[in-house]
Amino acid sequence: MSGPSDYQPSNPALQWIERRLPIFGLMHSSFVAYPTPRNLNYWWTFGAILSFMLGIQILTGVILAMHYTPHADLAFKSVELIVRDVNYGWLLRNMHAVGASMFFFAVYVHMLRGLYYGSYKEPREVLWILGVIIYLLMMATGFMGYVLPWGQMSFWGATVITNLFSAIPYVGESIVTLLWGGYSVGNPTLNRFFSLHYLLPFLIAGVVVLHVWALHVAGQNNPDGVEPKTEKDTVPFTPHATIKDMFGVACFLLLYAWFIFYMPNYLGDADNYIPANPGVTPPHIVPEWYYLPFYAILRSIPNKLAGVIAMFSAIIILCFLPWLDSARTRSSKYRPLAKQFFWIFVVVCILLGYLGAQPPEGIYVIAGRVLTVCYFAYFLIVLPLLSRIEKPRPVPNSISDAVLAKTGSRSTPMVSTAIVLALAGALFAASADKARAEEGGTKPPGNSWSFAGPFGKYDRGALQRGLKVYKEVCSNCHALSYVAFRNLAEAGGPGYSVAQAAAFASEYKIKDGPNDQGEMFERPGRPADYFPSPFPNEQAARAANGGAAPPDLSLITKARSYGRGFPMFIIDFFSQYQEQGPDYVSAVLQGFEDKVPEGVTIPEGSYYNKYFPGHAIKMPKPLSDGQVTYDDGSPTTVAQYAKDVTTFLMWTAEPHMEARKRLGLQVFVFLIIFAFLMYFTKKKVWADSH
Amino acid sequence: MNPDASTIAAGAPIEVDLSPVAEGQDIKVFWRGKPIYISHRTKKQIDEARAVPVASLPDPQSDEARVKSGHDQWLVVIGICTHLGCIPIAHEGNYDGFFCPCHGSQYDSSGRIRQGPAPANLPVPPYTFVSDTKIQIG
Repeated sequence: MSGPSDYQPSNPALQWIERRLPIFGLMHSSFVAYPTPRNLNYWWTFGAILSFMLGIQILTGVILAMHYTPHADLAFKSVELIVRDVNYGWLLRNMHAVGASMFFFAVYVHMLRGLYYGSYKEPREVLWILGVIIYLLMMATGFMGYVLPWGQMSFWGATVITNLFSAIPYVGESIVTLLWGGYSVGNPTLNRFFSLHYLLPFLIAGVVVLHVWALHVAGQNNPDGVEPKTEKDTVPFTPHATIKDMFGVACFLLLYAWFIFYMPNYLGDADNYIPANPGVTPPHIVPEWYYLPFYAILRSIPNKLAGVIAMFSAIIILCFLPWLDSARTRSSKYRPLAKQFFWIFVVVCILLGYLGAQPPEGIYVIAGRVLTVCYFAYFLIVLPLLSRIEKPRPVPNSISDAVLAKTGSRSTPMVSTAIVLALAGALFAASADKARAEEGGTKPPGNSWSFAGPFGKYDRGALQRGLKVYKEVCSNCHALSYVAFRNLAEAGGPGYSVAQAAAFASEYKIKDGPNDQGEMFERPGRPADYFPSPFPNEQAARAANGGAAPPDLSLITKARSYGRGFPMFIIDFFSQYQEQGPDYVSAVLQGFEDKVPEGVTIPEGSYYNKYFPGHAIKMPKPLSDGQVTYDDGSPTTVAQYAKDVTTFLMWTAEPHMEARKRLGLQVFVFLIIFAFLMYFTKKKVWADSH
Repeated sequence: MNPDASTIAAGAPIEVDLSPVAEGQDIKVFWRGKPIYISHRTKKQIDEARAVPVASLPDPQSDEARVKSGHDQWLVVIGICTHLGCIPIAHEGNYDGFFCPCHGSQYDSSGRIRQGPAPANLPVPPYTFVSDTKIQIG
């Protein structure tokens, strides 16, 4: 996109097209012949990574939309059916959900890189502002996408975020009604969010084209911040940058695949596996990790309108960056003070993100205020001041000088920075988890589950015994509505044959109809039927259980969690610990105690449970020794029952877990080989340029 | 993009029978997708709400202006926190009223904001007493 190209295709058919539409010349000059500074480091590969992620999100999103139902009553179920029944639906969903997080992770690296190397400075102001617009569009898209699964966090996140607009004087309430399409967040809201969530990525793609265009007019910035002067300063985009970007993408994919295949729920919130309920607010409403710093700024201001203004200003201020920082030296490499303040700013952002996930009380509020001041001070005081008082080190005459000077010195410790970055990202991300379930519940003890870890598999015996426990005990009150009898015969499940599953189904009475007389009737279950619910509706369940409806158990092991605390959630990223839910469920089943400790009052009709948040649970002790008979000689103890039924419920929540982990291993083997190939090819291509 | 006709029609007024609500109890009904708390306040709650000097409140409003005269024991408020729209929990917090679990706003037994980030009192929906034990909301 940088001026006329003299490229001529050799194929006559292509020449014919080229004379009428010079598209091949455009491609050639933009992505082949385009001169790219030869001193770019790996931070510059994030542009390519972001384009790749946008492509992945659009591709997976379009396929997901084919299976998704945007209706308040059906959306949650349709997402579950995608994961359970659509071919590789679990993969599509994980790629899309984790992809959003990875997209934001990459965009933050990309933005901080621009900040560090002064990529927003003249003549790249418009390029930078287009980037901020893309970022804003991404935030809107990400938010609306998070609403679509219609879980508790979706619903309450939507309520909180749309209510931000009610802070606007005079017109605020009308704007909010317009966003909702009703009197509260509801079905019309979900419909319009779906429509916009489908539209905005294409707007992003459009602005990305402008962004790349502006980039190719101004040329890329580089780590030394000096413009290329001679041909010696640049290398052609293909093969040099292409191959380097491919290596970067391959490394990024390793991180991405780590989440997709081994910890898909690490970045999400357990509450979002509970269907949206307008009558119950979750104790902590936490947005996705990538909004947390701004959420912390919003909450640290005691006035509502001022808080909303501060939050939006925190993003809009980026647009003015080219004029706030008027230093002539671009790269912080040659700005000793700016470099230090940059890293302080990064730490401030990470800490704000951490605070955004904490409950808004006590020390957290004060820390939030201090850090909010620091955030704005960096842009409004530090940068303008530094550009006046700082004495930068001399910059090299040209890029080739810089490259020659560097060859002698040590090479950039790329690997260690990447690790530090991954750590910071993990800390930032997982702080979202933390804010949950700490109200008075004792932390459940860890168990060794057969399904934990990268090679975890379900214990078939435990699944079959767990099914028996569910059928004889739990199913008296708890539904299992997302599980069909046919699932019992599927690969990766309890290992029954199709005939056994059919026989199991036929023991149930299923309500069907209406028949020709217009009446409902009962018939024996078929493999395609779902486990029937013990109660006809939620109200009946509530009335029969002292006001607390027993939750559906299909997703319970993913819908329950507990806070892991500060160092643990980072270790969890590496150890792939994902079993908070099962640990909690198994602990609650065993946590009933007759003797209530002093200082705890249990209301009438509730029972004391050591691990239940608040300790007062409406469910009476469900299991006792010897209650269910086992045919295989396993001990008939509460501990064994709890373990078996929890394993079974983990399977009902993640029926494709074994396939997921198996495919993950194959993908990892492929990606590692691919990354090595790319690395050595890159070394060869760049051999003469370093 | 404003609400469509069916949404508006579904938001028509509703009648609520108050006779089963004992003193000190409250019920939650949904109107226009919003939870509405109807509290049968105790004498103590009413006295507390009236003892506070109105001028000292963040959003000054007297308790008398928030209930229908002659039905002082009934408080009807929209149970949506004026901060960011969560649902406060009744009978919690330091003021014998409502406590919002999201960002810690506390409302008194008249639904007025007393502490926390919320800028305004819980709004009172339009309602009238059809009889002594029945109200129409809307």
